[in-house]
Amino acid sequence: MLFVNGKEVEYPGECTISQLLNRLGYRAERTAVERNGEIVPRKSLEHVAVVDGDHLEVVSFVGGG
Amino acid sequence: MENDKKYNNIDNNAGGEDILVLGGRKFHSRFILGSGKYSLKLIKAAVENAGAEMITLALRRAQAETENILDYIPEGVTLLPNTSGARDAQEAVRIARLSRECGCGDFVKIEVMRDSKYLLPDNYETIKATEILAKEGFVVMPYMYPDLNVARDLYNAGAASVMPLGSPIGSNKGICTKEFIKILIEEIDLPVIVDAGIGRPSQACEAMEMGAAAVMANTAIATAGDIPVMAEAFKRAIEAGRMAYLSGLGRVIEKGAAASSPLTGFLHE
Repeated sequence: MLFVNGKEVEYPGECTISQLLNRLGYRAERTAVERNGEIVPRKSLEHVAVVDGDHLEVVSFVGGG
Repeated sequence: MENDKKYNNIDNNAGGEDILVLGGRKFHSRFILGSGKYSLKLIKAAVENAGAEMITLALRRAQAETENILDYIPEGVTLLPNTSGARDAQEAVRIARLSRECGCGDFVKIEVMRDSKYLLPDNYETIKATEILAKEGFVVMPYMYPDLNVARDLYNAGAASVMPLGSPIGSNKGICTKEFIKILIEEIDLPVIVDAGIGRPSQACEAMEMGAAAVMANTAIATAGDIPVMAEAFKRAIEAGRMAYLSGLGRVIEKGAAASSPLTGFLHE
């Protein structure tokens, strides 16, 4: 099981963070990701593997003042 | 010169152009536009009508399969992500770092609030976050309650500007803190950008006449009847206020009157 933005998501098997983002419908080029409390550098999203039990925060910009 | 400080932001090397410099970047516009509380489809028109070269954003958990605001912001506009939602310095630092990882550049508007009723900034935590982020190379623009001691601490912590509130966020009440913002303008050698509470163009103009370096507005535009037209009204007011400030306002006399017309040659003489 993974935890993505506080919600449980089934662990899809071996994949990178960017592959997971694509599968879940997020646009990797518009987001930033924290894995278990550590920021994953943008250029690493395609290399870092998701591990069963990971907590991921996927964030992006919205309107604000 | 009677008041050297007011010319601080004019870059004489640029042929006397009136330029605002923040984080080494030059801005011709002194209107920082917020992007909250209105349709993504209106953002481009608002930015263009405002003549804005900087726009604020917020960072939130991403929603899958949704449109992204970055697709609606014209090229070349500097993004100023805020740290809204942060309740202490550490949370603000976390949001700032994530924002930078979104590929938006190094600018950040620090916002730390513990109070959800009045949304007043926590100056102490704001100073702590500013110190950490400035050391990490961020261009830090802290939203703050206008207090001279705090502004000095923010300067020492490496802030690129200070952003004192005019009145509570989203209230459209105008510059209730006028006298205290004037003190910051007088004493702090950083651009003072009036943020929060400015509700109408005349208030934005007033801030600029006082010598503010820029004005940030969101709710005033977002809650206007016609958003792009109000954006333009603010642009003109800010430009008018800036021109008035640079020209030097006429004096005020405390008592009586001073005739504008000659006091000689009357018909009854």
